Amino acid sequence: MADPMRIRAALSGDKVEVKILIRHDMETGLRKDTEGKVIPAHFIKTLTAKYEDRVVLDTVMGIAVSKDPFLSFKFKGAEKGGKITVTWVDNIGDTRTDVAVIS
Amino acid sequence: MKLFLQSIFTAYLIHLSVFAFAENSSTDEIAKYRELLADGNPAELWEMRGEELWKKKVAPKGASLEQCDLGKGPGVVKGAYVELPRYFKDVNKVMDLEQRLIQCRKTLQGLTHEQATKAHYGSAGNPSDIEALVAYISAESRGMKMAVSTKHPLEKEAYEVGKKFFFYRAGSHDFSCATCHSVDKQRIRLQELPNLLNKEDAQKSYTTWPAYRVSQGEVRTMQHRLTDCMRQQRLPEPIYASDTVTALIMFLAKGAEGGVYDAPALKR
Repeated sequence: MADPMRIRAALSGDKVEVKILIRHDMETGLRKDTEGKVIPAHFIKTLTAKYEDRVVLDTVMGIAVSKDPFLSFKFKGAEKGGKITVTWVDNIGDTRTDVAVIS
Repeated sequence: MKLFLQSIFTAYLIHLSVFAFAENSSTDEIAKYRELLADGNPAELWEMRGEELWKKKVAPKGASLEQCDLGKGPGVVKGAYVELPRYFKDVNKVMDLEQRLIQCRKTLQGLTHEQATKAHYGSAGNPSDIEALVAYISAESRGMKMAVSTKHPLEKEAYEVGKKFFFYRAGSHDFSCATCHSVDKQRIRLQELPNLLNKEDAQKSYTTWPAYRVSQGEVRTMQHRLTDCMRQQRLPEPIYASDTVTALIMFLAKGAEGGVYDAPALKR
């Protein structure tokens, strides 16, 4: 099973800044191991972030994104104590959802 | 909606930026790069996993590590790292954090030495429990001052052995640690080498390990750092968590006395 994400969401002024750190190998499928065999591709394809029920970030990711990616974005219209739910799905169907409370 | 996508690239990016700003000091550029990533150090993920592992009950004894005595009493994690290595009465020897963790995993959890040191250096698809535990425990000393003791005769002995090793020349290239690390402003290619006999350099180096290494995608511990130095010196690879490496850690930790601990950090 996938490892948990580290999500921080802090309100400053009228904007919430969300920072997401994800544990994922993000293998491109272009690398070879020491025996010369191709390491199969394994990367996050989509990631969505929701504030309560509203989608605030919808991304399509690919092999150009690094290992253990860090993602940060801001949005308006949220309140302290609200919930941010982040979900990613990778190319082999593995998925992970984590929730953070806005501070 | 504003969207800032910032992803962590590998060392290649550092090299590119270094070439692009060749007239600037390369270290300035690396410092900028670190600043940019300071918020998203993946070491935090290791810290999280380490905390879980610390509290997780493990067979055969079904115990967690929460009763492990890192020197400040059973279960005390806060501030433990800045006082390690240290003398432990129960085993009558000086241990660093990694040796102590192995000891606790053996005595508290009933693991064999082989199980307790399994995957001590992690790789993709083969995560290391020890690296995660070390990340968690060392992070609990962030902001504290290095305060290693050499009062006990065995602590003093470890310090002296470490010091001797630091200056001991060996291997096909006749290298010692001091060959690279006892001169100010020395470097290999663009990598500046800290002078570990200079207090300021020693503190800066010691207090930023363990670290997430961007080029390896893993958190690396002090044992790994020093073992890798020995590889670069063309010395035989020490057995994992050997007393010699611990003695060297003792020497370096003492040299960094008073430095404010600030790891797990982020390194190239």
